Amino acid sequence: MKTLARDSKDMTEDKKLIVNDFSIHVATVNGSGSQSSNTVLLRSIFQMGIPVSGKNLFPSNIMGLPTWFTIRVNKDGYIARKKEVDILVAMNPQTAIEDVKELRPGTVCVSPIELNLDKIRDDVKHYQVPFGELASQATDNVKLKKLVTNIIYVGVVAELLEIDQAEIDRAIEAQFEGKQKAIDLNKKAAMIGREWAKENLKKADPYKVERLDLTKGKIIIDGNQAAAIGCMMAGVSAVTWYPITPSSSLCEYLIDYLHKYRVDKDGKNTFAVVQAEDELAAVGMAIGAGWAGARSMTSTSGPGISLMSEFCGFAYFTEIPVVIFDVQRVGPSTGLPTRTSQADLLSTYFLSHGDTKHVVLLPNSVGECYEFAMAAFDLAERLQQPVFVLTDLDIGMNNWMSDPFVYPEKPFDRGKVLNAEQLEKAGGFARYKDVDGDGIAYRTLPGTEHPKAGYFVRGSGHNENAAYSERPEDYVKLMDRLLKKLETAKQYVPQPVIEQNKDAKVGILAFGSTHWAIEETRDQLSREAKLPTSYCRVRSLPFTDGVQKFVEDHDHVYVVEQNRDGQMLDLLRLEMPQLATKLRSVKHYNGLPVDAESITTQILEQEKNV
Amino acid sequence: MVETATPSPAPKAPATNKLNLTLADYKGSPSTLCDGCGHDAITSQIIKAFWELSIEPHQVAKLSGIGCSSKTPAYFLSRAHGFNSVHGRMPSVATGTHMANHKLITIGVSGDGDTASIGLGQFGHLIRRNIPMVYIVENNGVYGLTKGQFSATADVGSTLKDGTVNRQSAIDLCGLAIELGCGFVARSFAGDPKQLVALIKAALAHEGTAVLDVISPCVTFNNHEGSTKSYKHAKEMDRPLHELGFIPFYEQITVDYEPGTVQDVEMHDGSHLRLKKLGHDYDPTDRFAADRAIHQSHKDGTLLTGLLFHDKDLPSWTQLNNLVDQPLSRLSQEQLRPKKEVLDEIMKSLT
Ligand SMILES: Cc1ncc(C[n+]2csc(CCOP(=O)(O)OP(=O)(O)O)c2C)c(N)n1
Ligand code: SF4
Ligand SMILES: [Mg+2]
Repeated sequence: MKTLARDSKDMTEDKKLIVNDFSIHVATVNGSGSQSSNTVLLRSIFQMGIPVSGKNLFPSNIMGLPTWFTIRVNKDGYIARKKEVDILVAMNPQTAIEDVKELRPGTVCVSPIELNLDKIRDDVKHYQVPFGELASQATDNVKLKKLVTNIIYVGVVAELLEIDQAEIDRAIEAQFEGKQKAIDLNKKAAMIGREWAKENLKKADPYKVERLDLTKGKIIIDGNQAAAIGCMMAGVSAVTWYPITPSSSLCEYLIDYLHKYRVDKDGKNTFAVVQAEDELAAVGMAIGAGWAGARSMTSTSGPGISLMSEFCGFAYFTEIPVVIFDVQRVGPSTGLPTRTSQADLLSTYFLSHGDTKHVVLLPNSVGECYEFAMAAFDLAERLQQPVFVLTDLDIGMNNWMSDPFVYPEKPFDRGKVLNAEQLEKAGGFARYKDVDGDGIAYRTLPGTEHPKAGYFVRGSGHNENAAYSERPEDYVKLMDRLLKKLETAKQYVPQPVIEQNKDAKVGILAFGSTHWAIEETRDQLSREAKLPTSYCRVRSLPFTDGVQKFVEDHDHVYVVEQNRDGQMLDLLRLEMPQLATKLRSVKHYNGLPVDAESITTQILEQEKNV
Repeated sequence: MVETATPSPAPKAPATNKLNLTLADYKGSPSTLCDGCGHDAITSQIIKAFWELSIEPHQVAKLSGIGCSSKTPAYFLSRAHGFNSVHGRMPSVATGTHMANHKLITIGVSGDGDTASIGLGQFGHLIRRNIPMVYIVENNGVYGLTKGQFSATADVGSTLKDGTVNRQSAIDLCGLAIELGCGFVARSFAGDPKQLVALIKAALAHEGTAVLDVISPCVTFNNHEGSTKSYKHAKEMDRPLHELGFIPFYEQITVDYEPGTVQDVEMHDGSHLRLKKLGHDYDPTDRFAADRAIHQSHKDGTLLTGLLFHDKDLPSWTQLNNLVDQPLSRLSQEQLRPKKEVLDEIMKSLT
């Protein structure tokens, strides 16, 4: 047998241990069952009380193309993506050579022995494992061999990092819940990997885990699932959708939950679902349902948002509530459908022809996916207009640690809806009249038992009574009232979260998933460059007063976002032109979730030029 | 002013239906379409059908796409909620409306451009889902509202006013609807009010998507010599399959006809459409016969009107979706928001 543990040049045993602070990069083939093994690895570390996050970097393909799963273990709770790889598990022969070439010297590399990766690099720490042989020990079944190989590397890594076997077993039980045969086989295979590593590998790297108490009571969930729970708790009653990565699982989770938890005592559904023929139809249905009084939603990604354009302008102009999720991804058509981005900001805010500005919510976490889903339905019905929830692939499809979600105390806000009695009392109503001075008129629902309840929705010009009108005054009045409604929206939307640092002259402004890297960037800036910063996390459009004040309060503000053109920056400049010179741009748009180092570097570079 | 002493005769009270409503109670705002437009003739029969069936106007949702035809929901049932949506997309809005409130009686009005071109996809999928609604296509072979371009239902050889000849084959919406599995397919002509009103009533009694393709001449852009959708051409070529009578569920069916001359087609609500034979031997429950008859009419250049196809056994979307009886739009927070234990259970599964 060959030497299995080769010491690399600069890696010696007496080097200081690195505990609970590293990243693991697992390279596999899509569809090889690696997803469940990676989840087992992630969960077992989580169960040991150590903050952890997992990101799946996968291709737009069901089987056969390379995928990478990154796990970041961090005692300080940083859960943004880390650029550097500390431990590579190179299971994919197609990419192994490239993967290894990119490593920094001293990185750990676990790989199948037959790949001979030690021949490629001798300055990394190789642990070469006879996976094929070990798989044969685990099962005789040829089909299963490939699958168990994945759990064997979990066993090997668990031994190297000192992850408790009991936690691995628990995670396997959770992963394969109810499938006893799978549980037994996976436990056995993990153990084979572990035992083999114990006997044959000489630990010669600094990485290990140690039990902490930082994940107690926490949950692990992805943003799409969180949003689905939020929609259900918000009482969604009409769901219409068309599948598209990375948003599909939002509706899929939601449909499963609804069938489980929203069936009444007679076994009847308190919801309706339609898988539409396209996004045009999906949003048309959601709008029809919102008009007729359901709490309706649809979920999509960029290409679908484009198709919804005309209808969204229509709903804005005719004042119909509807909730639309956009789980952002890269590019049109196929683009990079499995890569993350924040590039739908402008197109969504202004979606449709004519004068339109929509309410857009910008959750940064799984917790906010849950909360904002609920808020979105209240806002849509309060304001009688489409409300967008803009997440992205990183939040939507990756696993995040979170506090458990809190049961909503606030009752539904169903907005200004007149019933038959109220109509009788008032002697009728004018559908588009601003009675209360907040820009929001009263509506009635189809089916209301009153001869004066009916009104006519038309995208063409209409007066306060919903009658056809092309009079210039009527149009201007309507457009101005819609703008007033946007003003009113500011008091209802989630306000920005501002961390004011009294020593800071420099501000950072960001939104959505970029938040997690910002937390780390701010620490890096104050630690390494003695640069204190304040932070404004924008949580909705339109901007509320707090955002403007934040910019005013600082010498200059870095606007950090995951798109090429600095869309948030553009919007700030547009709405606060007097402050435009204070704004600087930090961008990241390669399709991978942004990491702190990239931001820190860009900020420090620009600071030099002050 | 001095009142005259001569008593004028007391005005005759207008007729009312079972709800004590007059025909005027079913009207809408005055039409702004061209005088003589076929669409207005259809509007009159829609008003008549709803009035005669004593349908509560507030129970109705009337929807449309875009076009002259799609303007017409404003001209009937002003007490109903109306929705003039976007071009070609009325089916999706109607689907959503039905999801939110399946108790509503839904009627959609569209044009041949709205349905056979931009809206062909949604039309097809509405039928496939079998959403209960009446879908009327006011078919004039042109885009009226955009000033008379050919639509996809224009027959081969039909001409525009300037002489341009259509060479592309026509989409037959009835043939397509049958192919897509529609359970109620009928064709009529705006110039045959008696047949039309009976078909609208029968369509309203059908529980599922009911498609009514109505030839509705555009007097401004497509009523000339050379057009196959003109009043004159349609009248000449009209070949009604039967003489139609509608017997609502609340009326007794009488048997006063010669055996073999009449077929009563039963609707979901117990109403009947009585088909009196007119020379043809046509059974509207025979899909293959319907298909053949439609193709034959294309060959002959005739306009086959009447109930082309009916299948009562097709389950509607609503029947398949196990909804609570109450409209979803009426459910309370209590019914819509799961209890805290549910959230706790979900959270537990995620630790
Ligand atoms: C997206 C979009 N494209 C084009 C139009 C312009 N447009 C209005 S009506 C119409 C055609 C209507 O034809 P049809 O449905 O046959 O109605 P008709 O006027 O003949 O009754 C078109 C193309 C539009 N309103 N929206
Ligand atoms: S243009 Fe044609 S379709 Fe339009 S209203 Fe006039 S006659 Fe009717
Ligand atoms: Mg037309």
